[in-house]
Amino acid sequence: MIWSLDIIILTIVLICGIAAISIRDLLGAAIMFGAYSFMMCLLWSIMGAVDVAFTEASVGAGVSTVFFVAAVFRTSRRTKD
Amino acid sequence: MKVLGLITAFCFGGLLFYISFDFPDWGDSASPASQHVSSYYIEHTMQDTSVPNIVTAVLADYRSYDTLFETAVIFSAGLACFFLLRVGERQAPAARFYRHLSTGITFRIEKGGRLPESTGEFERIDSVWVPYDVIIRMTCRLVVPFIQLFALYVIAHGHHSPGGGFQGGVIFGAAIILFAISNNLRQALRRMSEKITTLLSSLGVMIYAGTGMLCIVMGAGFLDYRALSSFLGVDPVTARSHGILIVEIGVAIAVTAVMVWVYYILSSAGRQDEGL
Amino acid sequence: MDGIVSLIIAKYNFWAVIVLLLIGFYAMIAKRNIVKKIIGMNIFQTAIILFYVSIGSKKGATIPIITHGHDGVNHTVQAADYINPLPHVLMLTAIVVSVATLGVALALSMKIYARYGTLEEDEIQGKLMESEPG
Repeated sequence: MIWSLDIIILTIVLICGIAAISIRDLLGAAIMFGAYSFMMCLLWSIMGAVDVAFTEASVGAGVSTVFFVAAVFRTSRRTKD
Repeated sequence: MKVLGLITAFCFGGLLFYISFDFPDWGDSASPASQHVSSYYIEHTMQDTSVPNIVTAVLADYRSYDTLFETAVIFSAGLACFFLLRVGERQAPAARFYRHLSTGITFRIEKGGRLPESTGEFERIDSVWVPYDVIIRMTCRLVVPFIQLFALYVIAHGHHSPGGGFQGGVIFGAAIILFAISNNLRQALRRMSEKITTLLSSLGVMIYAGTGMLCIVMGAGFLDYRALSSFLGVDPVTARSHGILIVEIGVAIAVTAVMVWVYYILSSAGRQDEGL
Repeated sequence: MDGIVSLIIAKYNFWAVIVLLLIGFYAMIAKRNIVKKIIGMNIFQTAIILFYVSIGSKKGATIPIITHGHDGVNHTVQAADYINPLPHVLMLTAIVVSVATLGVALALSMKIYARYGTLEEDEIQGKLMESEPG
């Protein structure tokens, strides 16, 4: 548990989370969600939860982002808010 | 509406902040979460099951009933996507796009025109067509077998390193999705059709439940792997280790098939003729 | 001053989880687009998973994989040397359920788009109002 690394990655997680819901382009929001997921995976591996980090890396930053991009591709990409 | 949402969120947050002073400190060894059952799991895993990865042992042996229904939840999610979106082939798309491979000319055939025969010269491309890119196709063709090999390694080595059935299954499914993205969706459907994905997803759940039923047939309780020792020919401790491996393989097969199935349905909006 | 610093060090991970919960909750109730609401739902789920994982950590302990020597000698295992593995097991199931819910939610949103032509909530409500007979 390295405290300074923990605080830096927590800050990046919060910034990615706020960005993922604020971007008006839905494809950009899907990409930011993938980045948020990967930063959460790093956070858990720092805390020692290696199995959970492995699962989140493969599921969140892998398959989940692909599902979002596929759904955005088939519906519209722009949003008003 | 947004101001109301902000006010509600801040009230909720203030309440949680007030509660957080009662929580145990972070990193405290005497916190209530670490007291009762988990110390039993940490101290007795090695002598009960001879599996060093405590999380895999608890997931697939001590709490295997939960994992059985987690696999059933994944399978039912695939079924729900299928029933929501899948349409038949009764409506053909309005126009199809073809590319002549030798010259690179793309052309469009309206409804009622004569489609080219399926020789090697004409290739059907998607409506949102991309140029013919050799680099992406060859790179993904080279990389996909290594990703699949790594996925099999993660499944098989789940006893000693982080990993296990679920993580390996998702990586295997991601390799097939990579193939479907870099080449056409139709190419991926030709190699792993939808019928195979439905069969494999239910086969994975059946392997898991079947192991439990086999333990009942041998005389012990449901999902008690010690009863498999006479069936496999080893002592009960190693039989539990092998039982964990068998159910992890079942979980991996089910998860692979469902990830690929949901991708096929989502990326083509149910029609399964043109993908991402 | 010392008491406040030690209080912050003891509790700051819970406060970070609370901020993430608020981000997800606000996105679920105040955004008008359906895909943004689904993103908010996933942020909420991962924040809950972060909370559970962080209450299982112990100071000075190692990851929950038992170190075993190759000479076959079993050392006695102390529970205080290893991080609590029970929240990790429960959260593996939670991540699996979250990806299953995500798949079904995206399929539903594509069905809504095919029916109404838009994914914005106020436009859908307008189309529902004008197609209602009364």
